Amino acid sequence: MSTVVLLLITGLGLGALYFLVASGLSLIYGLMGVLNFAHGSFLTIAAFLGWEVGRRVSDGTWWGLALSAMVGLAVGAIVAAATEYLLIRRLYERHIEQALVTVGLALASVALFEGIWGTDPIYTRKPDWLAQTTEILGAKIPNDRFLLIACALIVLGGIVLFLRRTRYGLIIRAGVENRSMVTALGIDVRRSFTIVFAIGGAAAGLGGVLASVYYGYVSAHLGSVLLIFAFIVTVIGGLGSLTGAAIASVLVAVLQQFANFYLAGTGDFVVVVALAVVLLVRPRGLLGKVA
Amino acid sequence: MSEPILRVAGLHGRIGGQQVVEDVSFEVPATGVTALLGRNGVGKTSTIKSILGLIDRTGEVHLGDTRIDRMPTHRIVQQGVGYVPEDREVFGSLTVAENLRLAERDAAPRREFIQRLFPDIHDRRAQRAGTLSGGQQQMVSLARALVNENRLLLVDEPTKGLAPRIVDEVADALAEAARTVPILLVEQNLHVIRKLAERVVVLSGGRVVFTGTASDLLDDEDRIQRFLGVHDAADPHDSTAGSAR
Amino acid sequence: MNPQLTDAPAPARPSAPPPAASARRRPLPIVLGGVALVVGLAVLPLLAIEIPGVLPGPTYTPGTLQLLAYAMLIAALALSYRMMFGLAGLLSFGHALFFAAGAYGLGMSLDAFAPAEWPSGLVFAASIGITLVFGLVLAATVGALALRVTGISFAMVTLAFAQAGSVLIRRNPDSATGGDEGLSLDIANVPEGLVGVVNTRNLYWMALAVLVFVYLVVLWVERSRAGHVAEAARENELRVRVIGIRPYSVKLLIFVVASVLAAIAGMGYLLLQSGASPRIATADFTLTLLVIVVLGGVGYRWGAIVGGIVYTLLDQRLTALAGSDFIAGLPAVLRVPLSEPLFILGTLFILVVLFLPGGIAGIPQRIRSGRKQHPVEAEEATDA
Repeated sequence: MSTVVLLLITGLGLGALYFLVASGLSLIYGLMGVLNFAHGSFLTIAAFLGWEVGRRVSDGTWWGLALSAMVGLAVGAIVAAATEYLLIRRLYERHIEQALVTVGLALASVALFEGIWGTDPIYTRKPDWLAQTTEILGAKIPNDRFLLIACALIVLGGIVLFLRRTRYGLIIRAGVENRSMVTALGIDVRRSFTIVFAIGGAAAGLGGVLASVYYGYVSAHLGSVLLIFAFIVTVIGGLGSLTGAAIASVLVAVLQQFANFYLAGTGDFVVVVALAVVLLVRPRGLLGKVA
Repeated sequence: MSEPILRVAGLHGRIGGQQVVEDVSFEVPATGVTALLGRNGVGKTSTIKSILGLIDRTGEVHLGDTRIDRMPTHRIVQQGVGYVPEDREVFGSLTVAENLRLAERDAAPRREFIQRLFPDIHDRRAQRAGTLSGGQQQMVSLARALVNENRLLLVDEPTKGLAPRIVDEVADALAEAARTVPILLVEQNLHVIRKLAERVVVLSGGRVVFTGTASDLLDDEDRIQRFLGVHDAADPHDSTAGSAR
Repeated sequence: MNPQLTDAPAPARPSAPPPAASARRRPLPIVLGGVALVVGLAVLPLLAIEIPGVLPGPTYTPGTLQLLAYAMLIAALALSYRMMFGLAGLLSFGHALFFAAGAYGLGMSLDAFAPAEWPSGLVFAASIGITLVFGLVLAATVGALALRVTGISFAMVTLAFAQAGSVLIRRNPDSATGGDEGLSLDIANVPEGLVGVVNTRNLYWMALAVLVFVYLVVLWVERSRAGHVAEAARENELRVRVIGIRPYSVKLLIFVVASVLAAIAGMGYLLLQSGASPRIATADFTLTLLVIVVLGGVGYRWGAIVGGIVYTLLDQRLTALAGSDFIAGLPAVLRVPLSEPLFILGTLFILVVLFLPGGIAGIPQRIRSGRKQHPVEAEEATDA
């Protein structure tokens, strides 16, 4: 029983990380049709800069971590918005080339991070409480899982509020459904592209800081690893669906944890099989719009 | 006659490398309804989309004195063009109210006017547009265009697939709108055309083959057959809908 | 959009012997030029040509031959990738899987499958046979499943399968793949002429043979009826359906052929490098292929070759440059980016996508016609 609880909550924590990356990917693809390979780089640069600022001000404390998170959010948003504005926008409506540019950006930026911060992981310090465990139903749960879950819930709630309550949110929801009709109502939909990138980047940036807490290190490849799972999550959830991304994040991560434990470390395989099955049975994903 | 509101000259349109509009030229007067007619697949919808820049196009299009053929779609619409697309294209996952709110461009959108014109959809403000009937969706689509003060309305097959009673409702709404704004209307139903249109432009094979007043075309059985095919004239809705009023 | 593909009319002659038949349809100077190029490359190891800055040493030295052979294998791999992406419009993120299947398949069969009583030549040939069959079965399975979906979903399914392969290789089941350390070639049953630095020349010729073979197969497929149907299906799938051909089977054929060609290049890679590293199974490796193909020019067959060779040489030279005194002497702002070859290559790639849509191979065309061309546009349409 305690093992199940541990796996479940750890899965939720990992799912929270996946969601922070996948939410942006899904919105960006849904609205713009761009598969953003640079999303992992947004996460990595935010993790590095968040760590650099946090440790200088107050290493291993809550205050330092909060500052890291703020920096991560801001860096993710700014870098992502700049990417959209400077690179993606120039290739308006040419989806393959837009994806190619993000591929180039991902390759170049990871190399650059390696140049600056080296190829080895850099171990980070976190507040003492996060390194401890809490007992729930006999399971000793590492406390950082709770932080991850809470942050992902806040981000989910924030994005949902933004989408429901603001004019840009309205435009984005409509644009995911039928972008050309939005322009035919006299709305410059490109402005919301930058916003979607900024939101996705901010979520990924926060994800980067939290990933460094979860894994205990930052490295140039932090984002690349998470990106592949986030892609899988996005596709399983249905491209363009935020709720789908949230559900799929949890499903994938929990499945992964259980398979790793009970099926001799085959978590990654099971996820891949799950993706293949979902796509073959339901090509648009769990909650995706009809293509 | 006064200056036309829309002047189309040498318009070409392409979809995926395929020519769908070929050297189309016509004018839309500043008042009343102009019907854009032709058999199925002659490029009526593509012409409307070319004017709006929704598909690749070349040629000259003027809205009043403004040249709009180089503008992106949203800028054209902001010049005061309302668009009611074929197949309605309401945002199914958004509520009726959200659909309308999205469409509001003016500082003072005409919400009361819409409420008076379409009381039915006003009652369903909170409902998701995707769950509405076809007729109700058409009302939402019309309302989205009529909520702003426009200089021109482009309305594409508003009665397609609707029940006769709804067809009349839509026609009434368009007649009401036409009192204040010129309309370029794509329509298959001759009864509706008779009721609304003053002038007609007929396309065939992507080109304009006839322009004139509505009666020039509709009083000439031979022209109707030649330009539009007979099936439209023998539309079963025609007599029933006519007698219902 | 693509002169090489479209100027060939479509007389359906699938059974015609490929090289001769296609030669008749092309202008003679081009064929002769191609033959001369191959001959030139073949005699390179006997000459002492030095190109400072491009090649590390004279062309007869093992180091240079090794580099050139590697470049040619990558070019062959890129060529097979282009056949899928450029011709059939299939954007796969899993092509590395088949390259790795060739390299690891051959390495593992040489390791595990070695009946003592067989002569080593036979073991070697049998291992190649086993690897080919393995590659074929793998390609047919993955292709049959992945092609049931299209566009981005297709890319994702291929990515997923490749990822599974990559995980498997890293996990090192039964110590068969060597895990992160990579697999080293067991030379017991490899012909002597293909082993060791002294025989780099032979390995170079092998790589050249692989490249020529892959080129001819690709040419044959593109000129065949299947190739024309695949091309037509990329432009307009509906039209192909209407004339009663299932694009699925044609796409599957292209997918399988491209994958088996990748496996062949992978086998060459194993022999040349005396081993395989898990890097060649990663998604990053496939992305590199994508970069190579786009860099060279998607619309052109020889673009993939040019891209493969330019990319490999650049990568090698930039790595050498990164370690040079010149770079070490620069301030950190310049030193850090310039000492990362992938940073420069990635940036170069972005610039090519933004400003040179036809890639390197499209430059002559651009100069001639003097206007912008977007050879990728057709793919985009099918994807959207």
